[in-house]
Amino acid sequence: MLLEVSDLFVSYGGVEAVSQVSFSVGEGELVSIIGANGAGKTSILNAVMGLVPPSRGAIRFDGSDITRLASHLRARSRMRIVPERAHVFAHLTVLENLLVGAYGLRKSMDVQQRLRSLYEFFPVLEERSSQLARTLSGGEQQQLSIARALISDPKLLLVDEISMGLMPKLVETVFQALHDLNRRHGLTILLVEQNALASLKIANRGYVLEAGRIALEGDAADLMRDAGVREAYLGI
Amino acid sequence: MSTYVITVATFIAIQAIVAYGLNIIVGYAGQISLGHAAFFGIGAYSAAVLSTKAGLSFWSALPLVLLICGIFGALLGLPSLRVREDFLAITTIGINFIVEAVFLYVPFFGGAMGLGGIPKVVFFGMRLKGGGLLALCLVCLALVILLCRWFTKSWAGLACRAVAADESAASSSGISPVRFKLLAFVLGTVIAGLGGSLYAHRMGFITPADFAFPVSTMILSIIVLGGMGTLWGPLLGAVILGALPEIFRPIADYRMLLYGALLLLMVRFQPGGLLGDASVLRSILARMKGGGGRDR
Repeated sequence: MLLEVSDLFVSYGGVEAVSQVSFSVGEGELVSIIGANGAGKTSILNAVMGLVPPSRGAIRFDGSDITRLASHLRARSRMRIVPERAHVFAHLTVLENLLVGAYGLRKSMDVQQRLRSLYEFFPVLEERSSQLARTLSGGEQQQLSIARALISDPKLLLVDEISMGLMPKLVETVFQALHDLNRRHGLTILLVEQNALASLKIANRGYVLEAGRIALEGDAADLMRDAGVREAYLGI
Repeated sequence: MSTYVITVATFIAIQAIVAYGLNIIVGYAGQISLGHAAFFGIGAYSAAVLSTKAGLSFWSALPLVLLICGIFGALLGLPSLRVREDFLAITTIGINFIVEAVFLYVPFFGGAMGLGGIPKVVFFGMRLKGGGLLALCLVCLALVILLCRWFTKSWAGLACRAVAADESAASSSGISPVRFKLLAFVLGTVIAGLGGSLYAHRMGFITPADFAFPVSTMILSIIVLGGMGTLWGPLLGAVILGALPEIFRPIADYRMLLYGALLLLMVRFQPGGLLGDASVLRSILARMKGGGGRDR
């Protein structure tokens, strides 16, 4: 398994947000964690990325224990995150945002060549490369955020609530892009989403998170057929 | 130029240099510092001690002065940069008071009377006074501006600006926030040290009060007024805040009032500073350059 999380606990000032959560993501998989607002999805991703410290539990990535590793070192070992609400660097240009994503990698890869292939995938970013990131629309910022993560050619891409604040039409486009990245380019993706239907549609496997605990897990197709899941998350 | 104009211009140049140092810390790396005068002071006192007690010239002491400032910047910066925003502001104020107290109470530094007898800068056998020293200050200022310009274009500068914009996003892109905050802090304090050294040799004698907390707020005001994180903001701010008190000399009693009102107006109407993003002055300049005014 590329990522193995076991018995993870995350708490903020004594309040437990994540309790004893275990899951794994295999190489080449697209795994989705679904759950309601406040179920602890973002806390899980932030703990995996090293942005919040877990109170207990272990995280293994690519064969080594990274539970106590600083987040910038996780990023260097080619784990990247597309954070909720994009979090682009507002006062940096689009190109500078992308270069930040390539920081520390310019010796080991051809950054210009990476830029060209990203521009092929996200043409709007090339058009706007010299614009400040804050002048982009919400959807463009999401694309920039994905591209900033992808420029490092990550082994694992964490994606946090990408549908949040996007128009329904854009949600479809973005999910299609993630699907393509996974199926065609073999990128391993861990997705957390409130939009259960859209994310299970493109996922191989899924986990259902309820009040900080894993309530259910299985193949994405099986989860979509599950009566409880359909009622609670798919609104069917 | 009259001696008076030269004197005012020299102080403006020195303050601009110190402000450029602070601009790297606050403007580029986003770390608020209300104790920058401490490092200005460490530079000045190092230069004073090295020239009066060790007999070094301005030139041979300068590398040591910059090194000392860098070391103190790293030592005092490392613990400070672990805290954020308001705590960082308070910690840096504390640093300012402690450093001032050391100059004031350690007899080696001359106490409240300060250190005197600091020799003039000698350049190819010429003792620099008035215009000569102003020229030296301007050359140093130009070098500092070039350094800042290079820094913003460099990878390290990009990393600093990313950390300032969004620390979590930067660290999850592989950038160590502590490392680049510290780099900016050390670079900023070294530049303050250069300003301090010029100040000491210009004045001939220095006292702890020259580097007290109000001086830190003055330096911060310079970059707030001119535009934090811009290349020309610190210079513009230093010129305005350096020249205004002189222009308003006839109404000296109201100087602080005007000064306060100016800052309030800035914060209210141009929070990014005169040269900040989307400021009035900037859009006028862009329009004058012709054509794409809005495009930047």
